Amino acid sequence: MTDLLAARSQMAMSLGFHIIFAMVGIGMPLLMVVAEWRWQRSGDQAYLELAHRWAKGTAILFAVGAVSGTVLSFELGLLWPGFMAQAGAIIGMPFSLEGFAFFTEAIFLGIYLYGWDRISPPAHLASGVLVAVSGALSGIFVVIANAWMNTPAGFNLVNGRMVNIDPIAAMRNPAAFAQTLHMTLAAYAATAFVVAGIHALRLLPDPRNVFHRRALAVALLVGAPAALLQPLSGDLNARVVARWQPVKLAAMEGLFSTQSGAPLRIGGWPDESTGETQYAIEIPKGLSLLAFHDLNAEVKGLDAFPRADWPPVAPVHIAFQIMVGLGTYMALVAVWALVLMARRRDLTGHRWLLRALVAAAPMGFICTEAGWVVTEVGRQPWVIHGVLRTADAVTPMPGLVVPFVTFTLLYCFLGAIVARLLYQQVLKSPTTSEEGTLDTVRPGEI
Amino acid sequence: MTDLFTLPNVLAGVIVVALNGYVLLGGADFGGGVWDLLASGPRRDSQRALIAEAIGPIWEANHVWLIIVIVLLFTCFPPAFAALSITLHIPLALMLIGIVLRGSAFTFRAHHGEDSAMPLYWGHIFAIASAVTPVFLGTCLGAIASGAVPRTGGTDFYGGFIAPWLTPFCLAVGALTLALFAFLAAVYLTVETGDIALQEDFRRRALAAAVAVFVAAGVTLAVAMRSAPLIARGLTASVWALPLHVVTGLAALGAIGALWVRRYRVARFAAAAQVSLILWGWALGQYPYLVPPTVTIVEAAAPPLTLTLALWALAGGALVLFPSLAYLFRIFKGQLDPEGTA
Repeated sequence: MTDLLAARSQMAMSLGFHIIFAMVGIGMPLLMVVAEWRWQRSGDQAYLELAHRWAKGTAILFAVGAVSGTVLSFELGLLWPGFMAQAGAIIGMPFSLEGFAFFTEAIFLGIYLYGWDRISPPAHLASGVLVAVSGALSGIFVVIANAWMNTPAGFNLVNGRMVNIDPIAAMRNPAAFAQTLHMTLAAYAATAFVVAGIHALRLLPDPRNVFHRRALAVALLVGAPAALLQPLSGDLNARVVARWQPVKLAAMEGLFSTQSGAPLRIGGWPDESTGETQYAIEIPKGLSLLAFHDLNAEVKGLDAFPRADWPPVAPVHIAFQIMVGLGTYMALVAVWALVLMARRRDLTGHRWLLRALVAAAPMGFICTEAGWVVTEVGRQPWVIHGVLRTADAVTPMPGLVVPFVTFTLLYCFLGAIVARLLYQQVLKSPTTSEEGTLDTVRPGEI
Repeated sequence: MTDLFTLPNVLAGVIVVALNGYVLLGGADFGGGVWDLLASGPRRDSQRALIAEAIGPIWEANHVWLIIVIVLLFTCFPPAFAALSITLHIPLALMLIGIVLRGSAFTFRAHHGEDSAMPLYWGHIFAIASAVTPVFLGTCLGAIASGAVPRTGGTDFYGGFIAPWLTPFCLAVGALTLALFAFLAAVYLTVETGDIALQEDFRRRALAAAVAVFVAAGVTLAVAMRSAPLIARGLTASVWALPLHVVTGLAALGAIGALWVRRYRVARFAAAAQVSLILWGWALGQYPYLVPPTVTIVEAAAPPLTLTLALWALAGGALVLFPSLAYLFRIFKGQLDPEGTA
């Protein structure tokens, strides 16, 4: 394993691990707050029990997110000093703002978790709202920095150096809005669908369980609209990529040759050696329509770019297919659930919906990991698109396979422990003592 | 004085302030872990429970001071951040492993499952990681202070990535950092309990840690005279050196004296002042260098627009941060002031 590959693998592993906890840190506080709010309004103990359990799970996941995020902020320098030496001054701004948002999140999460009996109910709920808001802001600031790596802005390039830098213009880079919207919706959809899936699983054998019914309702209230809007924000991203990173779009679609009225390829296997994508279902003119909203628009293929500037085509294309496929499934399930909820039907009576939700449980996180493969691997061989190559940014320290293996083992260990703790502490069904409150359930109530 | 308060100097000063926050608050949380590791006697379990109760609601917020230090460093002084990250890759990575294990093990212990062996197991990992992490943090600071970070070029793996920090001076600073964090934690913990016996436990521990700080500081200074001439000169030769040492010494004596007569609030204030003065002594000692012996604050500074915006972000952030922190500490630490609590 070369040092460059080891550094890239360590970064990918660290990001792939952290993103799960970061998303939970955005999504769970919202679920927590909705449950607590409903408890304060209705006095229904099932909502209070939910808020408590979700808070407990959030505490475990947030702690791992906080420390793995710290690792990442150091890894920017430990692995990519050549990148930070140039980019720090220009994209440090969103990271600084993220620092304060994260500070606020940590402070009010401490108050929320340990303050149930110490502050008034409205103050407690307000702390939860601040956790949810600052959590979302933290994510937005970090993704703005990533968007800048895709569509760098706010400087002039003179002899390979960035001069006349403007950090505000850098934050307003072309991909910033589309990427932050996509990631924030992803955090809500993925987290809420896991929660919905878990409780749907428990409701299959026990459909009258009040606790699980409430949990499913809150999870769908957050997750279904997010999953429904996600394809629209995906379309926005695709058009930004088409305009600013056409080589990434070509890899996503497995499009080797430039053509007008380019087809949309579903599935298939792009082969870089033959320059063909085989076994794909092609929708004529679909890509031109989606990327440029014009049936006959010309879409640049990989042949329009020097071979040295191609990202690895197959992983990007396949990851993109996975993201779009699973995301579409989630959006359809969301429509199904929303229609039933709008008609005030009892969701637990629709066993196929419950099964569909169980199947969807892991999909949001799989989509997210696949989406990050598309955006990060698709940006290669650049760390700053068109400005700085990844190979020129890596640390001169040799033997990088050692930290890669060490941190991978550490994270595998932590992941296993977290899974075990969540299973023991959070996921177990409360006993049937809540059956007494069954009368308060109205069909279709959310 | 006008050329002292330039934009780069002010931001470098803010970084030291944030580091000061991390040392006084986050550092004390690590110190708490050290006393968990060393818990003993008839009140062993009560000691551990008090430590867990004291740091539980606040350790994550306290930890963020380190993130602020890092993001400000790479925003305002990118070349310095890059140089540190290259030369100190190994001790920084080891420190990160400690940070990861400390934080997760503490949380796992607090939310352990039905398996009765687990809390003990996580308690050990939490305690050991708490004791090891400050040593690596101190080692890195020692490497910066001794002027070993800028790459001389053409060196082998040992010369480039190990020799700069594996020195008696860096290890002495590591030990000093550990002793200081343990000292802070023990002093703070005397104020955290109404149980007189428990208070006495931590009073004795604080006094023992004060002796350890004294020894470690003496060794560090002695080694510095031999192998870190840069910092030794900074600490002894400049005009402000003597007054600073006198005040630091007075704070140290004040902390010990207050512990002796059981004036714990006073001891806490004096201990925090002592540790802060040591930190500022180091920072001023290497002024105007950010990464001695070659990279000055001015040379490493990002363009003025970046620095100006960072300052605005800091001002806005502080408006949100300080009221929030005050609220956090008011809820969990009674009427105590926010700066002086573990």
